[in-house]
Amino acid sequence: MSYWTIRRRDVLTGYMFVLPQVAGVALFVLLPVGMAIWYSLNDWNVFTGQQTFVGAENYAALAADPQLPKVLLATTLFSGGVVVLNIALGLLIAVLLNRKFRGVTLFRTLFFSPVVVSVVAWTLVWGFLLQDNGGINGLLSTVGIDGPNWLQHGDTAMISVIFTQVVRSVGVNMVLFLAALQGVPGELYEAARIDGASSRSVFGRITLPLISPTILLTVIVTIVGALQSFAQIAVLTAGGPELSTTVLVYYVFQQAFKFNDIGYGSTLALMLLSFVMVLTLLQWQLRRKWVFYEE
Amino acid sequence: MLLVLALAVLAIPFVVPTVWMVAASLKPLPEIFALSPWTDQPTLAAYKEAFTFQPFARQYLNSVYIAVLVTLITLVVSALGGYAFARIRFPGANALFLVVLTGLLVPSEVTIVPLFQLFKRAGMINTHWPLILVTALAAPCVLATFIMRQFFIALPVELEEAARLDGLGRPGIWLRICLPLAKPALSAVAILTFLASWNLYLEPTVYLTSPELFTLPQALTRFTDAYGGQMWNTQLAAATMTVLPMLIVFVLAQRQFVEGLAHSGLK
Repeated sequence: MSYWTIRRRDVLTGYMFVLPQVAGVALFVLLPVGMAIWYSLNDWNVFTGQQTFVGAENYAALAADPQLPKVLLATTLFSGGVVVLNIALGLLIAVLLNRKFRGVTLFRTLFFSPVVVSVVAWTLVWGFLLQDNGGINGLLSTVGIDGPNWLQHGDTAMISVIFTQVVRSVGVNMVLFLAALQGVPGELYEAARIDGASSRSVFGRITLPLISPTILLTVIVTIVGALQSFAQIAVLTAGGPELSTTVLVYYVFQQAFKFNDIGYGSTLALMLLSFVMVLTLLQWQLRRKWVFYEE
Repeated sequence: MLLVLALAVLAIPFVVPTVWMVAASLKPLPEIFALSPWTDQPTLAAYKEAFTFQPFARQYLNSVYIAVLVTLITLVVSALGGYAFARIRFPGANALFLVVLTGLLVPSEVTIVPLFQLFKRAGMINTHWPLILVTALAAPCVLATFIMRQFFIALPVELEEAARLDGLGRPGIWLRICLPLAKPALSAVAILTFLASWNLYLEPTVYLTSPELFTLPQALTRFTDAYGGQMWNTQLAAATMTVLPMLIVFVLAQRQFVEGLAHSGLK
């Protein structure tokens, strides 16, 4: 066989190998995004399913929607709360586990275990514990605290969904932080110790700056994850009470599938897409810049 | 010692819900909200009811077969695609790879509105097809393709050249030389994909209406009585049956799980 026959066959093999994945993305990602853009320019009759072109009307409706500010506030509170608590807790656990002692692997297993628990099952159990007469208030009453009816008030419902989400998913960030901490060269710590630095300033001046790329990347990935938390909200609060925990992804679902308003639902979905896209592109950009920190 | 104590306190919200779930599922209904995890009359009544109230065995089987099928398809598709993007030079490879990466940019919550219309037109509403096809070829699979590509890029090319001199073609090299070496990446992909499929909630809620077609996460939320009140003990029993097998496998294959799922945190 000549070089060119082999080469041509190789090119053909290349196309055949990537075909299923490329076709899958074209059909189930790109085509639907195109359709969503088209849908957002149309008005759908809720009852007949009749479609009429309305131009930017659905986008104008965004500005006029009295519920949207509340939804965006809930989205910001939820994503912000999740990211702050997740990073702080993940970092704290990672720092505590980043030393050698008996039982360190057991603790790592325990902290990671909720990650493999089904989201819905995990959230249902927390819903059970957060009932007014449930386990959390039972435990609180043993120390003399009269706990609130967690899921029935706006503020405590928001705290509940944030906390439930963080505890379930912080294990992933813990593992990433542990890997980053173990990547900090030991000589740096030794040098600092010789110079008589306090452990607080070692953490602030050596550890934190060196693992900051990992922190920034996990911050973005965690926000993106929070923006897509549908099951947690649907199962724990169904967006309530009132609209206090109706985050954007849940609002999209409500508009499109509960109220069958496909045009407006698609417009909202594109808004969600733009948030996620900006964050993900930012993450890829940063990742390329810092790729030398990995492995 | 202080360290262990601090960690033990921190671990409470991570461990207690699972233990509480199992304990409460074994209690008779009147005791379900009691604080003590102990009961004098443990009962499996809730477990029995889970199977009579809904076709729970069938729903369990649905979740298992869909997750297995999705995982198998994803393994093949991502190993093929990842290999070609890493190793074979063909015109447009970079552009096609960028196209594939858009699959990581677009959340499934965004595409589900148009996809529902597409599947409606194809007559696939209230079937498992949307769950299988979209999961096996879109988001989790794209991450898998990305992981496989990274793995094959790092694999020394000399091994393949030797095989090529022995007269093995591309497909043969892929199947006999590269795949056996890719076991760690493949197991990471398998764990990631299986859990992604196993956890799906929005998709089954949107596509499925018949209880005998439901998957587990969806079925778990449907244990409600005629007044819409939650049947806590049945729900907790069903949740226990959903969660425990996964936790056991996790404890047995911990390293693979942690490595596989860490990928989902840094896509």
